[in-house]
Amino acid sequence: MLIVHCHVCGAEGDETDFHYGGQAHIARPATRDPANVSDAEQRDYLFMRHNAKGLHFERWRCDRGCGKWFHAARDTVTMEFKATYGISELPPRALMEAATGEWAVFFKDRLAKGSEA
Amino acid sequence: MKSRYSIFSLARNAMNYHKDWERAWRSPTPKSEYDAVIVGAGGHGLATAYYLAKTHKLTNIAVVEKGWLGGGNTGRNTTIIRSNYLQDPSIAIYELARSLYEDLSRDLNFNVMFSPRGVMMLCQTEHEFRAFKRTAHANRLAGLDCRMITPEEVKKIAPIINDDPNCRYPILGAYYQPRGGTGRHDAVAWGYARGADSLGVDIIQNCEVLSIRRDGGKVAGLETSKGFIKTKKIGVVTAGNISTVVQTAGLRLPIESLCLQALVSEPIKPVLDCVVMANTVHGYLSQSDKGELVVGGGTDPYNNYSQRGSFPALEHTVTALVETFPIISRLRMLRMWGGIVDMTGDRSPIIGKTDIDGLYVNCGWGTGGFKSIPGSGYVFADTIFNDRPHPIAEPFGLNRFIEGRLIDESVAAAVAH
Repeated sequence: MLIVHCHVCGAEGDETDFHYGGQAHIARPATRDPANVSDAEQRDYLFMRHNAKGLHFERWRCDRGCGKWFHAARDTVTMEFKATYGISELPPRALMEAATGEWAVFFKDRLAKGSEA
Repeated sequence: MKSRYSIFSLARNAMNYHKDWERAWRSPTPKSEYDAVIVGAGGHGLATAYYLAKTHKLTNIAVVEKGWLGGGNTGRNTTIIRSNYLQDPSIAIYELARSLYEDLSRDLNFNVMFSPRGVMMLCQTEHEFRAFKRTAHANRLAGLDCRMITPEEVKKIAPIINDDPNCRYPILGAYYQPRGGTGRHDAVAWGYARGADSLGVDIIQNCEVLSIRRDGGKVAGLETSKGFIKTKKIGVVTAGNISTVVQTAGLRLPIESLCLQALVSEPIKPVLDCVVMANTVHGYLSQSDKGELVVGGGTDPYNNYSQRGSFPALEHTVTALVETFPIISRLRMLRMWGGIVDMTGDRSPIIGKTDIDGLYVNCGWGTGGFKSIPGSGYVFADTIFNDRPHPIAEPFGLNRFIEGRLIDESVAAAVAH
């Protein structure tokens, strides 16, 4: 049983009070340049997922509270929530640096730029 | 070649108080080089090795396994075997597997206890009734022995079912596959292991793959906890851990790993002699030969590598089954466990070549892995040996996600995952 904290309204509840929204930080390629989306980019958007063993970044919705979406960093082996952060934000810097595998590759440029999501 | 198991070998060994049985498989140290290496000694991996050795005479091969053979999802499923899927490519591969199961005990000289006791998928809403009728038509066109049955037949086959027409989800009928059933999951792994071993395959347990070594666009071998193993062909069959293995070769897959739980009750006298799936309420039930009721349901919703699920998913499953089978409401549960299943977007497996020469993947079986073991191993062995997809495996290639040619089985899966 996961105990989840809503980043927006501060409510705390078990996992049935929340809805899991899958991997975080997936940008829809057609939003930026609808005329030039390759089949591979569309495949990545629809189906390819970081399937991290360990630190993972994902979306949750506060179903039975405020109804807002937010981001969470969670360990997929220990099930521990490391942090929650806003739906338009990047994770805390320390967690981006701690990311491994596909997530480390994903955060590399963003860490260099220090930009917002 | 190993001595065959038979009534005579049983009698002979009984004379010696069963002290002289030979080991079912060796525990060899890895050679420095193999013609092919299979990663993962679960049912699928061992079946692949067995058919590579038996059908294609490729015997200088190894199966490497992080833990013990058959200790992952092969030992964690609910042992259901059926092939009544909706799409033609799925029907082809699952029916190949189911039909191989019929003859498997004789082929392997190992009793896998395949029991074609019938699989009944209940229709508990009008919508579900129509959906299964569609599947029934698709299956009959493909030549499967399946049919819709009436509520009276359902009650006759499974008398313990709640047939109150006024309950929330009344039984409107069922979709029945009489040749489906169950098998002994551990025996499938052990039988394939013994069969592969006797054909010369090295099964190396407690040997974790640390990374796949590449030589440009092709594979060079495997770094393992028992040293480097050189090989030109690698078949990765590691279910929920597939992403972490192929990532070391720079390959990404459209897979997410979730936890699927199951549980068994205390053993009771025979009450149910077929498999019942109640998809609308999310649960399925069968009775093992020991008398335990074997219960399964839907996956936990979030990514998980821990082989431990959470309580709400179990509660949901058990609630549903108590509603459908009121007789089990006071039954005590003995054990519960979780397995990490590899889910694809269309709930169909991925079998075939990758962009890296000599690297083959067989994964994405999600919640339907056990039933498909023989068929999966058969077509994957052919794919690896000939370096091109077996005709039955071809629709399940990775390119289907680029082409948008999905094989959507999210409805035909036993319960919505």
